[in-house]
Order: sequence, then C-alpha cells, then structure tokens
Amino acid sequence: MKNVQGEVWVFAEQEDGRLSDVPFELLGKARELAGKLGVKVGAVLMGSGVEALAKPLFEGGADVVHLIDDPALKVYRNKAYRHAMVELVKEVNPQIAIFGATHMGRDLAPSVASALRCGLTADCTDLQIGDYTDKKTGEEFKNVLMQIRPAFGGNIIATIVNARNWPQMATVREGVMKPLDKEEVRSKKEEGEVVRHSAHLEGVEIPVEVLEIVRKASTVNLKGARIIVCGGAGVGSKENFKLLHDLAAALGGAVGGSRAAVDLGYCEHERQIGQTGVTVRPALMISCGVSGAVQHLAGMQDSAKIIAINTDKDAPIFKVAHYGIVGDLNVVIPKLIKAIKTKG
Amino acid sequence: MKSYNCVVCVKQVPDTKKVTGDAMKADGTINRAALPAIFNPEDKCALEAALRVKETYGGTVTVVTMGLPAAKAILREALMCGADRAVLVTDRKAAGSDTLATSYILSQAVKSFKPDLVFCGRQAIDGDTAQTGPQIGEKLDCAVVTYLEKLEMDGDTAVATRDIGTGVETCRATLPALFTVTERFGELRPFEMRRVMEFKNAEPETLDCAAIGCEDGRCGFAGSPTSVNKIESVVLAGGEFKEVPATDEGIGGLVAELIKDHTIG
Repeated sequence: MKNVQGEVWVFAEQEDGRLSDVPFELLGKARELAGKLGVKVGAVLMGSGVEALAKPLFEGGADVVHLIDDPALKVYRNKAYRHAMVELVKEVNPQIAIFGATHMGRDLAPSVASALRCGLTADCTDLQIGDYTDKKTGEEFKNVLMQIRPAFGGNIIATIVNARNWPQMATVREGVMKPLDKEEVRSKKEEGEVVRHSAHLEGVEIPVEVLEIVRKASTVNLKGARIIVCGGAGVGSKENFKLLHDLAAALGGAVGGSRAAVDLGYCEHERQIGQTGVTVRPALMISCGVSGAVQHLAGMQDSAKIIAINTDKDAPIFKVAHYGIVGDLNVVIPKLIKAIKTKG
Repeated sequence: MKSYNCVVCVKQVPDTKKVTGDAMKADGTINRAALPAIFNPEDKCALEAALRVKETYGGTVTVVTMGLPAAKAILREALMCGADRAVLVTDRKAAGSDTLATSYILSQAVKSFKPDLVFCGRQAIDGDTAQTGPQIGEKLDCAVVTYLEKLEMDGDTAVATRDIGTGVETCRATLPALFTVTERFGELRPFEMRRVMEFKNAEPETLDCAAIGCEDGRCGFAGSPTSVNKIESVVLAGGEFKEVPATDEGIGGLVAELIKDHTIG
C-alpha cells in the first residue's frame, strides 16, 4: 500500500557490532529525500546487543531508529534478516527503503523485495524525488523516487521508477553519497527515538548455520585515500606496477587499478576502481596507462584533480583529466617522483 | 552415498564489453540483436559448480534459461560441457520482465525440476543487478547462499565458503539450497569433443509460462513493478585539460603547482 506519509528508511548494516561508513552515506542522502517529502528518516538496526549503535545513527541523520535486537540476528543470515525486515516493513509501512550495495545489502534487498513483490533498483549512483508519467497509460505520479544507475556495462545511465508497488527500494553504491557533518546534525536536530520491534522469528526455521567468519584485514583503503595512483593495462606488467607504488609512497597515497589491470593480474581485485569496483573521489588522482573505459570513469571522474599519463593522446581518460601528460609512464613517473622528492 | 539433482539458471547476454554506440531502443529496452550474444560469464561458473557436484557425488545437471529461441545456443554449450538436460522457457508473456518477474518465472521452472541444489551466476553483465538469484531463492523458500567460492556436500547439507566483502564466511546450508556463484569459484571446463558432435544441433526442450504454472499477472511487463523512466547515453564532454610536457621542467612545474594549491604537501 502506498503510504505518502511513510518514512525514508536506511538499512543500517552492522558486522560484529560495528557500523561501516555505508549507513552514514545513505543517511546523508535519506535526509535530503525526506526533507523534500516532509517525512522522517528511519534507520533499521538489526543484530544482537546492538542498541548502543542507535546514537551514532542519530548523529548521522536518523530521526527514528527501528531496533530489532534478537540473538538469532547476531550474524547476518539471509532468511532471518529477510523475515525480520519483511515483517517490519509490513508493520511500519515506509515509502522508501535504501540499502548499501554491499555484499550484505545485495543479498538482503532482493530477498525482501521478492517477498514483498515490490521493485528494486541495484547499485544506484544517485536518488532524487521527482514526478513520473507512465508513457503507456498517461497516469501521473507525484514525488516518486528516481533511481539513477549506470546500466549495460556502464554505457548508459538509466532512471528507474517503481511508481505502484511500494515501498520504493534501491541499493546504493558505496562511496557515492556523502555523509552529513555530525556536529551540524547535533546542533539542528532533537534527540531521536528508538522504537523496538520483534524479529518475529518464533517457529521460523533458518536453514543456514554460520560456522566461521574470517575477516580480512583491509590492507587497501581506497575510499579513504586523499591521493590515489591508478594504473591500467598500459602499465604493461605486474613488475612495472611497482613504479606506481613508489609514486604513491612518495605522495602518501594509495594504489588502485582499472578492471583491465586487475584482469591482467597486475594488481589485486580489491584495488579495482570503477563500476564493478570501488567508487573514489580523492583530492588527487594520478591515472597511469589507463585508457578510460566508461565503466572506469564512472568510478573516478568526481576526483577533485585528475592527472592523466598516457602515450595515446586520444585516450578517453584525457576527457576527464585536468592535467594531461602525453608520454611514456616509465619516463614520466620517475620524473614525477624526483620532482616531488626535491620540492616536497 | 547421496547424489544430487542440480539445476543451473543461465542467461544469454549481449557482450557489453563490446558496446560502443547506442544499442538501446526508444522504450529503454536493449536492442539485443545489435550485439554479439554470449553465455553470461558467472553463469558459466555456476554450471561448473554443478558439474563438479555431479562428478564428485553423482546426480544430474539440468540447465534452464528464459529468453528468446536464440538462447538455445548457450544451452547447447552447456550440454557440450556435460549438462544432462537443457530447458528453454520462452513466451511472449515473459517480454519486458524485470528481476522480480524473471525470478518468478524461473522459480516456477526450477520448482518443476524438484532440485536439491540450484546454482545461479552472481550477476549478469547486461544488468549487473545480482538480484535474480536471491529472488529465485526467496520464492523457493530454500537456503540462500550468495557469493559462493567453494562447496562441499555432506549428506543433506552443503558446507559453503562465501565472500562477504569484509571477509570469508563458511556456513552449513540444509538442502534444498540456492547458491549464487562468483568467478572466483573457477572457470567452466572446456567442451568434451564427443559431446560437441552429439549436441551441436541439439534442440533443447521448450516450455512456455503456462506449462510451468505461471500466473499471467506476475510475468512480463504486468509482473514488473519497475519501469524505465529515462535512458541517457554516457557521453563525456570533451574536457579541457592542461597539457604538461613530459620533460623535467614540465613535470617540475606541475608538482610546484600542486604544492602551491595544497593538493600535495
């Protein structure tokens, strides 16, 4: 049922009692959407013994935290989380529900949408409120969620709507939305409200038992890096990628790679920047031997400053660059390192 | 020892890596005819997962796809690699299906095969949504394990290793179970020469929506809550960049500029 007074929800994903950056990025966007609609922002917090996480969520922009605290929700399991979330949606009836396009969000959101038989748009890079006219019936819909995402391998940008079967659901790419300033939220907003709900799991069989979780120490933090040196197929070899690490070390930056560089085995998968990797917006992006496929550009073109180094002066990467160096990176990078070390 | 009936959901997709121009129709759907059609890469990994189960524990592998008759091409490939049975669900009523309607139709087909294990590729390269697999699982109301990297069977359960982004999880799923498989699981084996000859002209079984008991209102456009409002091609405006000569002076000047505006310190 369409509830135009319904809240805008953010799924506040947590692991081991810790919230990642994702819920805060989503809350930033949810506040904007809820502001346009004149409704409240709700954060859905699920887990076991996680009530203390409500406070940071309020500081991130939530008006209400819907808390489902149940031992069966200690670790994420599709059936348990799906069931609890579906019951909660039926009970509270939000108009919008957004999830991070993380492994957890991309597991949970489709399952919930399937159970509720509502629409879901994956991996959105923007969300807006707007009006929509059904081209077939001429029917008009006011204030619906415009779900904007790259599709078809990044070659097109599609705006998807889900005008009839609410809630309107979307997953949102990590690193794309901006979190709010906590101090500013605190100064403007009253203390939020925690509403407790049942997981409704009595008598529900959960067919999966988690035996072990091995967390990997995140050695690569591209999203948090102020300076990124990114290599593409043009780097030529895994050995040559060392040059990029040297440049990054001289600048105190991180090293990323295009999909081509990852596929060629030049660098690890977790360093991939672009549509199927990480979206980044560093203060400085130095792009080395990257041709600039749209899928890659989608993940880095909002960088504040982009320096492109490429032997091909017609490479698409130059279209998003602020500075271009047409030349061999084997010559240019050592010169850059030398210049940084002497002047820095 | 227990053997397993496996079903693999596969999709024929346009090779999006080869898209250069505008392959979109005015209504926002894809003009598939304009592009080479291939076996979706991660669906091949899903097929490999099923073939390994059959090889190790015994059982059968049924491959199913929803699509136009042209999709028979990937079903033949699946047969050549070792699948026992291949089924095409094709129906005008399925046209315009979003992930919700697609997962409904495929789940109806999968149910009719009464599987122990269902495998889907994590995502298809045309939509990259990763939604259809979990949505089939929800409709089957079975165990759902996404991002599968390793699998071992243990009687009526499966011990699965899956990527959870922040690490790796090992879990035990009670059958029936659905898995979405990533490329890290492993590549699909090559065709068997004997089977290439046997199946190169094979005609896979064809079913329509009615045959698998679908309600019309849940198929195609009628069963799809999402609609495409607008499509824009990604056209990058020719930016104006400052060309820096690849000389010591040029690069020295660039670094000086970056230090001056506090981009680097």
